[in-house]
Amino acid sequence: MEYGLLLAGTLFALGLIGVLVRRDIVFILMSLEIMLNATGLAFVTAGARWAQADGQVMYFFILSMAAAEVAVGLALVLRLRRQFKTLDADAASRMHG
Amino acid sequence: MNAVFYIAAAVAVISTVMVITRLNAIHALLYLIISLLAVAVIFFTLGAAFAAALEVITYAGAIMVLFVFVIMLLNLGPQATAQESQWLSPKSWIGPAILALVLVGELVFIIARGELRAPAAGPVEPRQVGVALYGPYLLGVELASMLLLAGMVGAYHLGREWGMENSRQGDGATGRQGEERLNI
Repeated sequence: MEYGLLLAGTLFALGLIGVLVRRDIVFILMSLEIMLNATGLAFVTAGARWAQADGQVMYFFILSMAAAEVAVGLALVLRLRRQFKTLDADAASRMHG
Repeated sequence: MNAVFYIAAAVAVISTVMVITRLNAIHALLYLIISLLAVAVIFFTLGAAFAAALEVITYAGAIMVLFVFVIMLLNLGPQATAQESQWLSPKSWIGPAILALVLVGELVFIIARGELRAPAAGPVEPRQVGVALYGPYLLGVELASMLLLAGMVGAYHLGREWGMENSRQGDGATGRQGEERLNI
């Protein structure tokens, strides 16, 4: 069971590295998906350890949150592309309020 | 069952490393789908069949299709056909194909042995999950539906502006202020 949590930690760290290293905003969104997935894996692993349904319930909530997040995030990617003609996340570092 | 877990975990870690090191977005997406499928196999070995099905249908199915759509939209241009021919070359899909074959082999192995039991404490049936979802977690389900509604309205709002801006580019109107577009 600890191996499941170890795997979840590894995947989360890899996603965090991706968020920190990559500057293409599509890759940043993919790395966020990896991190959310690793969190869900940790919840399901813990739920399987105690044979409780709560882990999978929390995974369900994480899944719906990821779906909503990725819909809005990809719409923002399209807007960024149209407005700045690039996918570099640093291009949108200033807010023109 | 332990060997299945370890092989799937190795596939997940390898494909995730490939995701964050690829330069081409579609290549990274192929590896990301493999990573999600590997995590689905891990859910299955943990006795969480409901979570495994959700992972395949929603994550690897719906969310990744959204990524593919957006990447294809972003690549509209004269160099799109050149990229298309490059994506069809074997070296872009042979890695994900090998990792996917490993997962298929694991699935066939599990089904052939007929051993669907979790190693530790017994499987959590989908029935238990459903009872918990609509019992003590009913408020959470309502909140999740509100969140999905908000996400849908937000994505529609941003995407609609993008389409209108495209059609207005002909007359040179570059209204950058959000307030203007909100009034249309």
